Amino acid sequence: MPKFKSFEAFELDVLREVGNIGAGNAATALSKLLDKPVDMAVPKVSLLPFEEVADCVGGAEQIVLAVFLRVEGDAPGNLFFIIDEPSAKRILNQLVGLDHTDGEEYSEMELSALNEIGNIMAGSYLSALADLTKLSMSPSVPAMAHDMAGAILSYGLVQYGEMGDSALLIESKFLEDRQSLEGHFFLIPDPDSFVKIFKALGVVQE
Amino acid sequence: MTEQTLIKVGMADLNIGLAGAILKTTGLGSCVGLTLFDPVAKVAGMAHVMLPSSEIAREAQINAAKYADTAIPLLLQRMENSGAKLLRMEAKMAGGAQMFAFSGQGDSLRIGPRNVESCLVLLQQYRIPVRSQDTGGNFGRTVEFDSISGMLLIRSMQHGVKEI
Repeated sequence: MPKFKSFEAFELDVLREVGNIGAGNAATALSKLLDKPVDMAVPKVSLLPFEEVADCVGGAEQIVLAVFLRVEGDAPGNLFFIIDEPSAKRILNQLVGLDHTDGEEYSEMELSALNEIGNIMAGSYLSALADLTKLSMSPSVPAMAHDMAGAILSYGLVQYGEMGDSALLIESKFLEDRQSLEGHFFLIPDPDSFVKIFKALGVVQE
Repeated sequence: MTEQTLIKVGMADLNIGLAGAILKTTGLGSCVGLTLFDPVAKVAGMAHVMLPSSEIAREAQINAAKYADTAIPLLLQRMENSGAKLLRMEAKMAGGAQMFAFSGQGDSLRIGPRNVESCLVLLQQYRIPVRSQDTGGNFGRTVEFDSISGMLLIRSMQHGVKEI
């Protein structure tokens, strides 16, 4: 059982780099889809109390659109791609020419388009990670939800529930055209996966 | 005292409310918001249960509020300390959704329904009647519990506001 409190600064740096490479690849994928430059913020790696995880995207009750993929293979975990409603509207408009009316429910077509975009981005995120670590990491079929951030993200924290009240997550944020499109990636590796990621990257623990 | 104080119950947390307080927990997905109420003593309690059983706990110090089988006894005890009586207790619950549907997956993905089942088993052991419940589905809920009326207000994006 890994001791989370004892992560060294350089280990957090390694995880930050992991988030950077994954999200960098995903941002490139998005940039190609949109045919526009996409910026990325420096990823954040933090051990957060459950209560604060949803604050990263505006609080537990904030309505968001999320694509969730379970990562299977050598280093299992949960991957979320989360965007707010204005960003979803913009993506739909620019990518597939669908004009979503604010306040209306998303049509099956719209959800399916967002799901696919999330899938493409999550796929590039994971393949970059797999290349880097030489670990097998394959995404499950993506699932889509349009709901409260707290309800969605708590789903990815269940594995941590057994061992404490906080989770280690790697958060990467990217922006297109400054603020108008903002997306978040949350990689929440299973507690036991950290050892494998560190080992694969040549980080010697104790 | 007309002003009702709002007491926030976090994830894997529990609390009690007296003298007209309102207990609130936000963003319930697979977690269950369980409330207990003694209508005579007007003592209300709420737990935000995350996992069905403490048997799977791998943590050194168990957070009792997190697991159904430890949260309910703890909540009862705290309410009894404030004058509630087990015999008068009644329960309500909301949450336990399955946020993402996958086909052919193991137990960890059925965590919502398992949380609900586990709460029901515990309540039965204590012979606490379940007055109403709004559980399951695939959507998130925010709940507020009024310690005067014993009403549970449920807010969700898809279904708006309802009281049970």
